[in-house]
Amino acid sequence: MRHVWVIAKRELGSYFSSPVAYVFLVIFLLLTGFFTFTAGQFFERGEASLAAFFGWHPWLYLVLVPAAGMRLWAEERRAGTIELLLTMPIEPWQAILGKFLASWIFLAAALALTFPVAVTANVLGSPDNGMIAAGYLGSLFLAGAYLAVTCMTSAMTRNQVVAFILSVVACLFLILAGFNPVTDLLVRWASPAFVDTVAAFSVVTHFDGFQKGVIDTRDLFFFLSVIGFSLFATSVILRNR
Amino acid sequence: MIRIENLVKAFGAKRAVDGVSFTVGRGEVVGFLGPNGSGKSTTMRMITGYYAPSSGRVSVGGHDVVEAPLEAKRLIGYLPENAAAYPDMTVRGFLEFAAAMRGLAGAAKRKAVARAVERCFLDSVLHQSIDTLSKGYRHRTCLAQALIHDPEVLVLDEPTDGLDPNQKHEIRNLIRELGKSKAVVFSTHILEEVDAACTRAIIIDRGRIVAQGTPDELGRPLDEVFRRITLPDTVKQ
Repeated sequence: MRHVWVIAKRELGSYFSSPVAYVFLVIFLLLTGFFTFTAGQFFERGEASLAAFFGWHPWLYLVLVPAAGMRLWAEERRAGTIELLLTMPIEPWQAILGKFLASWIFLAAALALTFPVAVTANVLGSPDNGMIAAGYLGSLFLAGAYLAVTCMTSAMTRNQVVAFILSVVACLFLILAGFNPVTDLLVRWASPAFVDTVAAFSVVTHFDGFQKGVIDTRDLFFFLSVIGFSLFATSVILRNR
Repeated sequence: MIRIENLVKAFGAKRAVDGVSFTVGRGEVVGFLGPNGSGKSTTMRMITGYYAPSSGRVSVGGHDVVEAPLEAKRLIGYLPENAAAYPDMTVRGFLEFAAAMRGLAGAAKRKAVARAVERCFLDSVLHQSIDTLSKGYRHRTCLAQALIHDPEVLVLDEPTDGLDPNQKHEIRNLIRELGKSKAVVFSTHILEEVDAACTRAIIIDRGRIVAQGTPDELGRPLDEVFRRITLPDTVKQ
């Protein structure tokens, strides 16, 4: 685990030694603010909950998480430092996990900085704070799932733009599979069982529970398996470089 | 220290390295010569475990690179082609990272960094970020990274590429010095380096070894020998 931490620390450092971290944090907070208060009509709803806040996360992360993670491996490949990293006396999974964790910690920090939204709800009313905590947990796992997918696409190419686009498309699939307009369309010509199977692959379906304050092990298992599978795929891609 | 047997690396139908065998012992500096694209880098990447061989064996210090990669990699210091290094890190940060990756911590880490800095003359740029360094300093930073754990085996891919004559001279002296106690392989396409730093030279062309021996055994003048055995590309096709 020590090597994992050494790699994670280096990776976190490189976020903050370039403008990436600051640009990301500012844009992330501006967008969450806009979507929650303006587009999500936080005040007009007349209820003390963060539904207006969490509801947007699958869409917001769709663009922002691939942007935060696209450099993870693509940049190593482009700069040639991947050769340095993978000839160090470490197992490849240590490098993969270290990089993933660094980005996840960064995303967690960005998410933590949205605390004024929760404070606002608490000042104006008395929301169910357990529900808010569950929402945050779900949001963190949602970001983790997108990030793991981005790790995988980033390992495929030395070009960050390609990594970004591939991962947006992959994550879009993870949303659309359970997005109501899409499932409504599918129901017309496919059996309900098929539609349910497709929807079971969607992050939206599994994120819903968290938003309602329910921490279901099946939902946790879903996010953890997306992360696990994507990181495993990353290791296969790196082995066949 | 390094033992290579019948090493082959194929990319699709093309055999970049085709049945290469040689050994390098402690106290030897082996110059790996050849025209561009002759398979030098590919061979070195297989020694360091970056590429898996298509067939054949590589062992470093008795450890098979494929079967016991961690044990083999611990013994190797590697300078990749073009001296890749993380551009956003400072020289000190980069060397500390390399030391930590080699399992060094605390006082041992500080000592290792200080020694590498002294050996590669990096004192004046210690706090500079790597992307602001001149090519010579970047090369030396990456070389310092390769030396950080005082490895028994050094694999240097074109260590003098792109350096000015003074810097080349310094690096060659350093290689000769290091070669007294270590096994060193370095690749180059500059023939004078063979005379300046090597105890032995291996000439490789189109993935095969075409000549090897001490600079004297290979014959003089070296550049004529080199041209005779590695025909220019236009003649080959």
